[in-house]
Amino acid sequence: MKVSLFVTCIVDAVFPKVGIATTRLLEASGCEVDFPIGQTCCGQPAFNSGYADEARHVARTLLEAFADADAVVSPSGSCVGMIRHYYPALFAGDPALAEEARRLAEKTYELSQFLVRRLQKVDFGGRFPHRVTFHPSCHGSRLLGVREEPLELLRHVRDLELVDLPYARDCCGFGGTFSVKMSEISSAMAEEKAENVLGSGADVLVSTDMGCLMNIGGTLSRRGARVRVMHLAELLAEAAGLTEEVTA
Amino acid sequence: MSAQSSVRHRANIALRDDFLRGAVHFTTDRLRNRKQAVTEDFGNWEAWRDRGEAIRRHTIEHLDFYLAQFADNLERLGAHVHFCANANEALAVVTDIVRDKAARRVVKSKSMVTEEVHLNHHLEQLGVQVIETDLGEYIVQLAHETPSHIIIPAIHKTREQIKALFEQDGGQNLTTETRDLVAFARRRLREMYLTADIGITGCNFGIAETGSIALFTNEGNADLVANLPKTHIVFMGMERVLPTLADLEVFAHLLPKSATGQNTITYLSMITGPRRPGDKDGAEEMHVIILDNGRSRQLGDPDFQAVLHCIRCGACLNVCPVYRQIGGHAYGSVYPGPIGAVLSPLLEGGEAYQDLPYASSLCGACYEACPVKIPLHDMLVKERQRFVAKTGGKTGEKAAFAAYRVTFADHRRYLRAIRIARRLQGAFARDGVIQAKIGPLAGWTGARDFPALGDVTFREWWIARKRGTKRG
Repeated sequence: MKVSLFVTCIVDAVFPKVGIATTRLLEASGCEVDFPIGQTCCGQPAFNSGYADEARHVARTLLEAFADADAVVSPSGSCVGMIRHYYPALFAGDPALAEEARRLAEKTYELSQFLVRRLQKVDFGGRFPHRVTFHPSCHGSRLLGVREEPLELLRHVRDLELVDLPYARDCCGFGGTFSVKMSEISSAMAEEKAENVLGSGADVLVSTDMGCLMNIGGTLSRRGARVRVMHLAELLAEAAGLTEEVTA
Repeated sequence: MSAQSSVRHRANIALRDDFLRGAVHFTTDRLRNRKQAVTEDFGNWEAWRDRGEAIRRHTIEHLDFYLAQFADNLERLGAHVHFCANANEALAVVTDIVRDKAARRVVKSKSMVTEEVHLNHHLEQLGVQVIETDLGEYIVQLAHETPSHIIIPAIHKTREQIKALFEQDGGQNLTTETRDLVAFARRRLREMYLTADIGITGCNFGIAETGSIALFTNEGNADLVANLPKTHIVFMGMERVLPTLADLEVFAHLLPKSATGQNTITYLSMITGPRRPGDKDGAEEMHVIILDNGRSRQLGDPDFQAVLHCIRCGACLNVCPVYRQIGGHAYGSVYPGPIGAVLSPLLEGGEAYQDLPYASSLCGACYEACPVKIPLHDMLVKERQRFVAKTGGKTGEKAAFAAYRVTFADHRRYLRAIRIARRLQGAFARDGVIQAKIGPLAGWTGARDFPALGDVTFREWWIARKRGTKRG
C-alpha cells in the first residue's frame, strides 16, 4: 500500500526521530512510504488563534502536497484532527478547494488509527521491559475518536507493563498558542499532569502527539524527574529494533 | 483592555489561591465522577444526548412560535407576561411591582438570569431586603460575592469559611458539620419565607403547551419561594422554553445527571399559573419576565445559534481543566467556565469579555460533557476569528502570523527559517533544551523547558536517505 507521510512541522523541525520511527513502522507494515516535500504545517497555530486567512494560506501546502496521495498518515492526533474536523469548513468559500479539502480529510489518518484500523497491524514484535503510562491527546481522542488504538498497540509489546495515568483524559495544558498566551494557566495544567504522571509510578510516558509531550516533558524535565517521554511511534520502533540515526 | 481587567490577570490571582483551587478541585471531581457513574448506570447516554440536542434545536428554530404559545397560555392562566429587551426593562418591571405591593422583603430561589441583570443590587437600592434561599446563594450573599459556578454558587468556599459567615449572621455553637450548618440556614430562612412580600424564582424550563414553569431544586426552596409570598415573579431567559411536558421528561433526566450526577432531582416543582379559587396555596399574583438581553441576536447566526440550546447544567465547568485551575470569578463574567467564555461576549456584544474565548486550551472536554452537544470548543475558535476579523488582531500576534503566513506557505522558505533559527538558538540551548526566558517563549520557559531544534530536520534526513538508497 502506498502511504504519504504528513510528518507535521513540530516533528520535522524539533523531533525528527518521531518521523523516522513513523517511517520505519509503516515500512515494516509493508507500506511504500512517500514524503511529499511541499508540506509544511496544517495551519492550526493560526487557525486556533483566530487567523483563518493565514491558516488557509498555509493549509494549502497540504492540499497541494497530498493531492495525489492514496492515504495520508501522520504521527499527530491534533494535526489530523485539524484536517479532518476543520479543513472542509475552512475552505468552504471556494468550491474547488472545498472539494480537495473534503478528499484530504477523508484519506488522512493518525498513525495508530491507520495501523490498527486500516492495516490491522497491532504487533511489531520486540520487547520493552518498562513501566509505561499513556496520555491520550485531547484532539486525538475527542476530535478523532482514537482511544483504544494506541493501547492496543502497547498491549502487544512484550514485557511492557501498562499502568493507569490518574485523570488521564484531562488536558495537559498545551493548547498550541494557549501555552504562550495564557502561560500561567497552561503551566498550572501541565504541573497537575506532571504530578499525575509521577503518581502513576511509570518510567515512561507515551502519547500520540508531540505538542502534549513537549509540554509535559518540559515540565517533568524542569523538575528533574527521570521519566522518559516518548511518542508511541518511537516506543514501538525501539522495541522492534527499527531505530535509525538522525543524520543527513 | 487594561491588564487589571484581563482574564489572564484575574487568573493569575486565582492561581495563587490554594484554598480556592483546593475547593474547586474537590467539588468538581466529585461532581464529574458522580456524573460518569450515574450516566453509565443509566445507559444509552449518547442517545439521550442526541434526543436532548434534537429537542433544543427544534425549539430554538421555532422559538417565536413556542414563546407565543407559552405567553398565551400564561395569560390564559391569569399570569402577567413581560417581554424585556434588556436588563433595564426587566428592572423597571420589578420596580413597578415592588412599588405596587409596597414590598419590604423579597425571598429568592436560585436564578442566573437575575445575576445577569444585577437584580439584588437594584432591589436594595429600592430599599427592599433581599434574601437568597438556595444554600449556596445564601452563603455567597453573606460573603457579598457573586456565584462562581452556575449550579454550585459557593463552590469556592470551604466549610470553615461558611461556618464563619454563618456566625456573623447570628449562628451560635456551630460546627463545620453539614448537618449543623444546614440546620442554621434552614431556621434562618424559614422566618424569611413567612414574612416576605414577594418571591422571585428563576425558571429551568417554561412549558409552551401548558404555560407551566418547571423548577429543579435540591432544597425545595423554590416551592416555598413561589408559593408562600402573595406575589411570585419568575425570571427567565427567552430561550428556556420546551414545547411539551413529554420533552420535559427528557430534560428531567439530562439536567440533574449532567449537573450534579444525581439520578433524579430532589424537588421538581411545576407551577402553572397563580392561585385559583379553591387552591390550598400558591401566589395570588404571578409575573413572568422573559428576558432577551442579547439572546435574540444569536438567532439566525449559523455559528452561534446553538448556544441558545444551553440548559445551564454546569457540566462543562465540572470537566473544564481551565476552570479547575482558576475557578469561576477569574472569568469576571456572570457565567463562568466554557459556557461563560462563549456566552458572555455574545450576550454583551461589545468589547467586554472579548479575551474570555482565549482562556481555553480547546481540549473539547466541554463539548463531550454537554448534554445537548453544543460545540463549545468550535465556538471558542469562531469567537477568536470574529475578534481578529473585527479588530485586525493584537499587534505583536498579527505580525507573528503575517510572518507565519509567508514563511510556512513555501517549503523552501520554511526550511531556510528553521536553519536560521537553529543557528540563533545556539546561545540559549543547553543539552537539547532552552530554559532562557526569551521573547514569546518567556511564558513557556518560566515553568517548563522548551526543546531545542534538532541538528537535522526530518526532511533533511529523508532527502539524505533517498540519495543514499539511490547510491547504494
